Amino acid sequence: MTPILQPQSRVLSRRSFLVTTGGLGIAVAFGSVPDLASGAAMAPAAEGDFRPNAWITIGVDGTVSIISPAVEMGQGITTTLPLLVAEELDADWSRVRVVQAPSDAETYGNPGFYGIQLTGGSESTRGYNALLRMTGAQTRLILLTGAAGVLNVPVGELETEPHRVLHPTSGRSLDYGEIAARAVLPDPLPQATEADLKQSHRWRYIGSRTIQRIDVPSKVNGTAVFGIDVQLPDMLYGAVLRAPVQDERPETIDDAEARDVPGITHIVPLSYGVGIVGETVEATRRAKDLLNVTWSTTSRVRNYSSQRLLDEYRAVGRDLGQQGVPAHTNGDAEAAIAGATTVIEADYMSDHVAHATMEPMNATALVTGDRVEIWAPTQGPTGTQGFAAEVVGTTPDKVKVNTTLLGGGFGRKAEADFIIDAVSLAKAVEGRPVKVIWSREDDVRHDKFRPLEAQHVKVGLDAEGNIVGWRHRIVADSIFARTLPPVFEEAGGHDDVVTEGAKFNYTVPAHQIEYLRQDNGLAIGFWFAVGVGYTRFAIECVVDEIAAARGIDPVALRLELLKDQPRARKVIETVARMAEWDRARDGRGLGVAYSDAFGSHCAQVAEVSLNRDTGAIRVHKVWCAIDPGVAIQPLHIEAMMMTGITNGTGHALFEQINVVDGEVQESNFDTYRVIRMSEAPEIEVAVVPTPGSPFGGIGQAGLPPTGPAIANAVARLTGGVRLRHYPFTPERVKAALDT
Amino acid sequence: MSYAISVNGQIHHVEDDGQTPLLWVLRDTLKLTGTKYGCGVAQCGACTVHVDGTPMRSCTLPLEVASSARITTIESVEGVEAQAIRDAWVARDVPQCGFCQSGQIMSAVALLRTLKTPTDRDIDVAMSGNICRCATYNRIRAAIHDAAAQLGAAR
Repeated sequence: MTPILQPQSRVLSRRSFLVTTGGLGIAVAFGSVPDLASGAAMAPAAEGDFRPNAWITIGVDGTVSIISPAVEMGQGITTTLPLLVAEELDADWSRVRVVQAPSDAETYGNPGFYGIQLTGGSESTRGYNALLRMTGAQTRLILLTGAAGVLNVPVGELETEPHRVLHPTSGRSLDYGEIAARAVLPDPLPQATEADLKQSHRWRYIGSRTIQRIDVPSKVNGTAVFGIDVQLPDMLYGAVLRAPVQDERPETIDDAEARDVPGITHIVPLSYGVGIVGETVEATRRAKDLLNVTWSTTSRVRNYSSQRLLDEYRAVGRDLGQQGVPAHTNGDAEAAIAGATTVIEADYMSDHVAHATMEPMNATALVTGDRVEIWAPTQGPTGTQGFAAEVVGTTPDKVKVNTTLLGGGFGRKAEADFIIDAVSLAKAVEGRPVKVIWSREDDVRHDKFRPLEAQHVKVGLDAEGNIVGWRHRIVADSIFARTLPPVFEEAGGHDDVVTEGAKFNYTVPAHQIEYLRQDNGLAIGFWFAVGVGYTRFAIECVVDEIAAARGIDPVALRLELLKDQPRARKVIETVARMAEWDRARDGRGLGVAYSDAFGSHCAQVAEVSLNRDTGAIRVHKVWCAIDPGVAIQPLHIEAMMMTGITNGTGHALFEQINVVDGEVQESNFDTYRVIRMSEAPEIEVAVVPTPGSPFGGIGQAGLPPTGPAIANAVARLTGGVRLRHYPFTPERVKAALDT
Repeated sequence: MSYAISVNGQIHHVEDDGQTPLLWVLRDTLKLTGTKYGCGVAQCGACTVHVDGTPMRSCTLPLEVASSARITTIESVEGVEAQAIRDAWVARDVPQCGFCQSGQIMSAVALLRTLKTPTDRDIDVAMSGNICRCATYNRIRAAIHDAAAQLGAAR
């Protein structure tokens, strides 16, 4: 583990103590804490230096409160991470309460993700599991040592069962709550090592099919609190009129009519738009519609027309004379391809897609002097602190972020634009909280879309059909250049997330990946599976093109290319068996695809039919085999795969944002089509963990194989008609059928 | 203007413009935030409530129209169908982010009150107006079948 978090000097109360392991500070607090309903209760209990930084609190009634350092946006992480702690602590899961972490990156930042609090990249379990399991194990040792003192027996004679320390020789036992109330804290504290972690055969919770998500009960009766539901005393509402084209600014503002709307209290000119504050949501919306604003006309985004640019990107990809930034180089792929018997060359493309989280962008802020408090559905509490501080002219430590449940994230809520809105308006009405809610139209038009991109893939085969070289050129704008400029610059102009997934585990003797950045000004962002969502589309379709050129079965080719990869072979063999791959279907085609992204192996088979008159594709069923390494919550992994597959189907068939002269053409669910119940394929998932493997990421692992599996199925159904451009609209399918 | 509005069996006197969508009256005046804003144009179903027992989109229902009806929201939807749907939703771990689920549940309860054993096709028709961006559709479908079976067994 990289010791990004340094030990900090902390002043501790009598009722809390600090455990240090490796470079990571772990604190545990004993005693009765009356209300842990929110992360605030974990914050300083009194003025001064007291700072427990607790992960675990054990109340005298035995209630164990465990911090979830990652945010909940439907991916189940507020169950997963505390469950890992409870497993090693040997806590009774029914007596555990989960507490959302306060904004404090020093304590709760992800050790595997720059040490910051940002939930994304399917990095939470991968980044936190070692720390949290060790925290649980160490706390168990502390309880054992404390109990040994109470029972006056050697600690070596004690063992635990859920929530109890047992002394088998005497038959005595203590509940964790009794230990919390009675024990004297050991000095020095016992230190946990890898050897103290449970062997996998002793896991009670990891891998259990009976563990349900902790957030579900509140989500069936309306009591779950999302950002949009935050209610505060004296709260006002805010809306922001944004420029029709990104980066334009208001030049003149006529707010006469808007001011007359009953309930409007403030009109707030902003550098990027015009804010409205009022007593009700409805008032702010009416006033927003009545603003008369002339905008600057200088933004270079006015030149942005997505279909024209995509043609340009495609041409750049094909022009091998244009050098890209090397993203991965193994051998001399071009030289190898030059000596090849057969060369396969293809362009793959995708249009912009929008996040359209069901909960639109929103945030609530209160500014008081140089202090800011925020209630928001944010993926990035650390970034939120920084941006809010910048708006108010204070420091990030003076910004407190209360993270609510997120009504969907998919990368969109890692952005700060909605936070900046709320803080800007709250600053204008200092002392009163302001809740800003974006309209769905603004949410779509002012999204940070997945990059528009074109890819050129060139593969050489020798006389026997073996791959001798593989070139992959990715043409797109950069996400990191906007969101993490130092990372982008340090990488020499390479963008690791835009090209994510291009590096694969197929055995090829020479492999070259290049990134050709196109800077056209439109802000693009992190969308479900980010780069992997399109790089694997190209790769998995090209693998099928190679199979077709060689006249061999696509499953067999993948197994050949992965002969030294037992986990990969396992998921491919499993999914082929589930789908009865060799059984022909009348009028329907099967296609396969595979991905090893996010530390998990995922193979899928899609069964499709095609209406040749309309060009409409129907995805009937998708089979999926997933090896996440360790399957912490198998039931939930199945759910995550269903999410990936169904959205993978929807984005491959329907989702499309068009930008014309800088203006986004889609604005709501009537123009931005997402998949619905009647279009969702039937899905069968097999979770096939591999004992002894690392913990893989799950949140995004299900999406990348679905689109290529569909395209490969269509090709096999039609005798080789290739779909190479997301989304596969009926017009594009018809055009492909006609050529 | 003042409106008397019947929500969850209680009469509330609301001072607002008659054109204000019921959604915002529920959420911000009555603090019933279980009903969600998702699109504002009756395209996503997140704001579904029962209006005299019929599932309707509260984001496009003006207060002045709603005030003549009996409104039921997710916080108070009751009866054997509602209980069976909630139980099935929990047993199947249906919600993910959960934002659309109030609307999904209101639509599903109304479906089961109309059709005791809905087919997949019936479910498609009744539920396709409710978008779930986490795409929990497969579990929603299974949970509706479970709830129907449970109600059938109880009868």
